[in-house]
Amino acid sequence: MSGICKEFGATKALDKVDLHVEKGEVHALVGENGSGKSTLMRILSGAEFSDSGQITLGGEPYAPKNPIQGRRAGIAMIYQELSLCPDLSTAENIMLGLEVQNLGIIDRKTTRKITQDALHLLGIDDVNVDAPVKSLPIAMRQLIEIARAVALDSRVVVLDEPTSSLTQADTERLFNVVEILKNKGTSVIYISHFLDEIKRICDRMTVLRDGVNVGVKRVDEVDADGIVAMMVGRRIDTIYPRSPRKQGEVLLDISSLHGRTKPEDASFTLHKGEVLGIAGLNGSGRTELLRCIFGLDAVKSGRIRVGHIEGKARPAERWKEGVGMLSEDRKLEGLALRMSIADNMTITKLPAIVSNAKQEEEAAGWITKMKVKCQGPKQAIGELSGGNQQKVAIARLLYHGVDVMLLDEPTRGIDVGSKEQIYALIDELALEGMAVLMVSSYLPELLGTCDRIAVMHKGKLGRAVPVEETNAEAIIREAAGA
Amino acid sequence: MIKQLKNSSIFNLAGLVIAWFIIFGFFAWKGPPTFHSLDNLETMARQGTIVSIATLGMTCIIICGGIDLSVGSVVAFVGVVIAALLVSGKSPWIALLGGVAAGGVCGLFNGILITRVKVVPFIVTLGTMLIVRGGAKWVANDKSINPLPNWLDDIISRPPKVEGKPAGGFVGAVFSGVTHLFPVGVWLLLFLALMVSLMLKRTRFGRHIVAVGSNEQAARLCGVPVERVKVLVYMLGGMFFGLSGLMTFSRLTLADPTVAQGLELDVIAAVVIGGASLNGGQGSVLGSLLGAWIMTTISTGCSMMGWSTFVEQIVTGAIIIISVAIDRMRVRKD
Repeated sequence: MSGICKEFGATKALDKVDLHVEKGEVHALVGENGSGKSTLMRILSGAEFSDSGQITLGGEPYAPKNPIQGRRAGIAMIYQELSLCPDLSTAENIMLGLEVQNLGIIDRKTTRKITQDALHLLGIDDVNVDAPVKSLPIAMRQLIEIARAVALDSRVVVLDEPTSSLTQADTERLFNVVEILKNKGTSVIYISHFLDEIKRICDRMTVLRDGVNVGVKRVDEVDADGIVAMMVGRRIDTIYPRSPRKQGEVLLDISSLHGRTKPEDASFTLHKGEVLGIAGLNGSGRTELLRCIFGLDAVKSGRIRVGHIEGKARPAERWKEGVGMLSEDRKLEGLALRMSIADNMTITKLPAIVSNAKQEEEAAGWITKMKVKCQGPKQAIGELSGGNQQKVAIARLLYHGVDVMLLDEPTRGIDVGSKEQIYALIDELALEGMAVLMVSSYLPELLGTCDRIAVMHKGKLGRAVPVEETNAEAIIREAAGA
Repeated sequence: MIKQLKNSSIFNLAGLVIAWFIIFGFFAWKGPPTFHSLDNLETMARQGTIVSIATLGMTCIIICGGIDLSVGSVVAFVGVVIAALLVSGKSPWIALLGGVAAGGVCGLFNGILITRVKVVPFIVTLGTMLIVRGGAKWVANDKSINPLPNWLDDIISRPPKVEGKPAGGFVGAVFSGVTHLFPVGVWLLLFLALMVSLMLKRTRFGRHIVAVGSNEQAARLCGVPVERVKVLVYMLGGMFFGLSGLMTFSRLTLADPTVAQGLELDVIAAVVIGGASLNGGQGSVLGSLLGAWIMTTISTGCSMMGWSTFVEQIVTGAIIIISVAIDRMRVRKD
């Protein structure tokens, strides 16, 4: 791919980006969320078109009009949201669109044979190819998608954050599969936030920042800090402001909290004016912890104390106690996308008779304070960018006047500018006495903003350690259970 | 192994069979002795045919992730078309084919609106439900049409009793036994059910139907012609509703444009009791037939007990909710 440009309205998503991947190479594509990785890959797959630039595949010009053409040309995309039909069997999924027929009836023997061959090639022999895919674990489904790429004879396999929901053992298995693909001469584009993974399985890497290619390196030439510096493009302390904060009394006290499945054991205290970070892998139970505290998930045992009030509660009561939560899933859970900014911001605290004018006046104030880029409080929130949506979601907590904030991945999927603003805001709020509990998968951000960090591993929450006494490696080791 | 069994549809089908035995046993115990006579079973099979044939089409549509609310109207319209063709002097064969074709055209119309105009199936078929019903009344001039008696009247009527020894030796005896056991309509239902079941499981088209209902995006990415599959499914469904219309006509021996109001709800209920998910991807022909059979048993049983129809309605409603609730609990436990 060379000189790829893409604009969405006024924002330049990609600016003359080059990406060269050799045959049989595992090439890492790294960059922060919003740096243009997914847009670039969508263009490669045919789901999106570039404004300018060319792509060549195996020396020939390649310009897919849609994802089906991309697939036929040999590009296989394996996204986080898997594209399998849960009700079809493994064999049927692999052969979907390529059915082998005999007099109009599907030839099940051949279908099974091709499937087993593809799986066998990847060293997977422990799956019942006739069982519906929905009965298989996620990790296996992902391998099945890769097997589909093999059955299709794909030349390029794109893996988008493949390990984010996998256990250690499954990750190892995936790495084996990547190795096999590589030896077979298939090119793999590997997108990941886990720098140690990249160092382990990739040959070269391309770093994107704000839609620009900022460098191509052999992975053995750079270290993790170097990669982060390239991704972020500036020194870490400048984007994470941290004023000297003073901690007050305990606002949230959790002891041996157990949820239905997760968390399995969590205890901590959160003080007034403190930012406490929760690190851990996806699926380790961080989100469930917040949901249990907020009353969204059932609590099996343990104690939750908010200020002086003890006991379980439903979300409505938590709001009254001054606890607010920011969901990790802005689109599905956090916001009502078709409603206006004003409606979204004021929904937690509405008078019995709603006055639009008053609602909008309130919202307008917060829009200015939070520097939300929009046409006005009446605009539907779905029309805003991710960063601006997130600012509105946070403004909701502030409008409500909470004392304790539960933030789940507050900077997921938003641009760098909005991120910096949110970091500055968290610092400012903590200085004013807000207690912030923050879950994040992005370590530099936790290390940069938090006072203490606790790590979650398989439902168990470790001790909260002052940030000066820990570092990225120690946290990663604890998160992985090593 | 247990888990696999739990996930499989066998578990669900076994549950339906047990449920039917309980219901049937209740009526056989409490009801008049005529209830569990073979004669009555035969009557139930004939009465259930109209809904059952329609469930074949509805099962495909629901597995594909759609819904069709125009069934009752299509049934009435097809009856009117058949009767009009007969009255105009066409042969019963032409009338039959014309009727099924009319059903297919209604389905095709639904399918095209759903895929081209991209209006959701619920709304499209809510609209065509009214349009087709109006069309039926228009063609019939708001009256029922009563053509001369012909062999279409006998498709689901009670077969004549065997008299004397049939000719033709063993083959003749079997043929005579078969045709005297059930009328041709019931045999047609069983044959078509087998065909649709095989189609869903063993043909590319059938697997594409499941794929589209299961994950439309994934199916499209794999090169499944999603729009074509949908149009064909609605058309096929329309043809089955057409056959249902033929059976209705046969039963009444005349065409009434106001007949079969709300039939779609019975059909959808049977499919849902049979284990289909309205989100698509799941469902089976056998399940739907069992669902329809359970509903027929309840309605026959209630009427033979001399109960008012409200009992039947309450019981059927409860069965719908209970069957889906059991299914939900089973899924959640996994």
